[in-house]
Amino acid sequence: MVMTPAHSITSLNSEGSQKSADVIVIGAGIVGAMCAYFSIKAGLRTLVIDRSTVASGTTGAGEGNIMVSDKSPGPELELALISRDLWFEVGNDVGDSFELVAKGGIAIARHDPTSLFDFAKSQREAGVDCRVIDRSELYEREPFINRSIEHAVYYPQDGQCQPMLAAANILRHARTAGAQLIPHSDVLRIEKSKSSTGSLLKVHTTSGEYVAPYVINASGTWAGEIAERAGSSLPIMPRKGFILVTAPLPPKIFHKVYDSDYVDNVASSEADLQTSTVVEGTKSGTILIGASRQRVGYNKNIDVSVIKKLAQQATSLYPFLADTQLLRVYNGFRPYSPDHLPVIGEDFHVQVCITALAMKVQASGYLQPVAN
Amino acid sequence: MKTFQFQNKSIPFNEGDSVGAALLRAGIKSLRKSRINGEPRAMMCGIGQCFDCVVTIDGKPLQRACITPARDGAQVGIDESSAS
Ligand SMILES: Cc1cc2nc3c(=O)[nH]c(=O)nc-3n(C[C@H](O)[C@H](O)[C@H](O)COP(=O)(O)OP(=O)(O)OC[C@H]3O[C@@H](n4cnc5c(N)ncnc54)[C@H](O)[C@@H]3O)c2cc1C
Ligand code: FES
Repeated sequence: MVMTPAHSITSLNSEGSQKSADVIVIGAGIVGAMCAYFSIKAGLRTLVIDRSTVASGTTGAGEGNIMVSDKSPGPELELALISRDLWFEVGNDVGDSFELVAKGGIAIARHDPTSLFDFAKSQREAGVDCRVIDRSELYEREPFINRSIEHAVYYPQDGQCQPMLAAANILRHARTAGAQLIPHSDVLRIEKSKSSTGSLLKVHTTSGEYVAPYVINASGTWAGEIAERAGSSLPIMPRKGFILVTAPLPPKIFHKVYDSDYVDNVASSEADLQTSTVVEGTKSGTILIGASRQRVGYNKNIDVSVIKKLAQQATSLYPFLADTQLLRVYNGFRPYSPDHLPVIGEDFHVQVCITALAMKVQASGYLQPVAN
Repeated sequence: MKTFQFQNKSIPFNEGDSVGAALLRAGIKSLRKSRINGEPRAMMCGIGQCFDCVVTIDGKPLQRACITPARDGAQVGIDESSAS
């Protein structure tokens, strides 16, 4: 634990209209929930502030994939491997309450598989468990896949969870252990304030003021705004994505199955629309179809041409989907950083405002180091 | 009075009623069983959003009882298309 005794405050107490804690987490999405979980475990008095409610941000729009397969060797993959194991540890601790499964992923190539196979080889050298599977194993694992698809790599480590349930239940667990949630409080300003116990940060919100020696910025796509309100900056932009949800069906898709061009799209810096086929079943029977990426600010509009494209691509992977009804379509805004990496660490402009912006639900497992 | 059929029962309805409203008036709440634990499922949102109330109508699955207008002589049944 980095916190010095001078910094720790013995109880989450009210000083006049001010509440104080050891750490304030801004944002009750999956990253904020994980931060609270690990902070409480480290014995810190933890306060979580959200301008709305739990999972009201991007966590409520995510697919919940916990993937190692889409990451190229480098720091993000190293973190992803640690994070993946942490997810299952947290799952064991919190209990089977958020549909966490190690279902495995399958990346396919429709034509020339060279880049898919080379990518897998580089990942294998970096410690990822993956292997090329032949047609018969592919069709055994995915009996309903289009039989014109012949090239595939299997990633047994890929997992999935239901992100809203994950945020809610992990935060509930932390709250049972003493963390406090302050919903419906917009963070307006963060400033340094001196006190007899050392230097503190004061968080001004629409519901009052809160002070702590450490503030974690877990506000996802809005992390740039929060950084600004603390007198700093962060180049985070929204990247819009659509998900199509089918009617519940008996299980027909058993892994997360995606076209390997997905990896290029995730890593792309283009602002224009990119789509790649990502299909998977969920425990509740619905099938989720993605994935689109577009940088169009916070424009929530439903774009029928994007939906059509996603549906067509998914149908070409799984022909039975042509006769399956969609229940709904929704979109959300992924946090996008110019270098595509999660932003984790101390903000030296604010001194002790720690940014814990994870690019993916998955990255929330990265946050144990932050809490530590 | 106009009627439709649900599990061999004639369900009366007024012009403009939804299938779900007519079933509820006839005292039928459970429209199907849940996929995972086989628990009874009824209308929940009543406004076409949750898909808890799906039935088959004239053989067509996934019809939302709460927003589908009742038709004279229609055959309404339990939707098992999502059962595993
Ligand atoms: C369509 C789609 C599919 C995705 N699929 C996946 C996937 O399969 N796997 C994966 O790993 N990731 C996926 N993602 C990304 C993932 O959902 C997000 O990266 C993740 O949910 C971010 O979590 P977070 O806690 O950082 O942010 P959020 O969930 O956005 O939480 C931030 C919180 O901060 C609060 N906040 C903001 N401003 C303020 C303020 N001023 N004051 C107080 N509170 C504030 C918000 O209300 C919000 O609740 C997907 C995203 C989208 C859009
Ligand atoms: S009751 Fe919700 S869709 Fe019919």
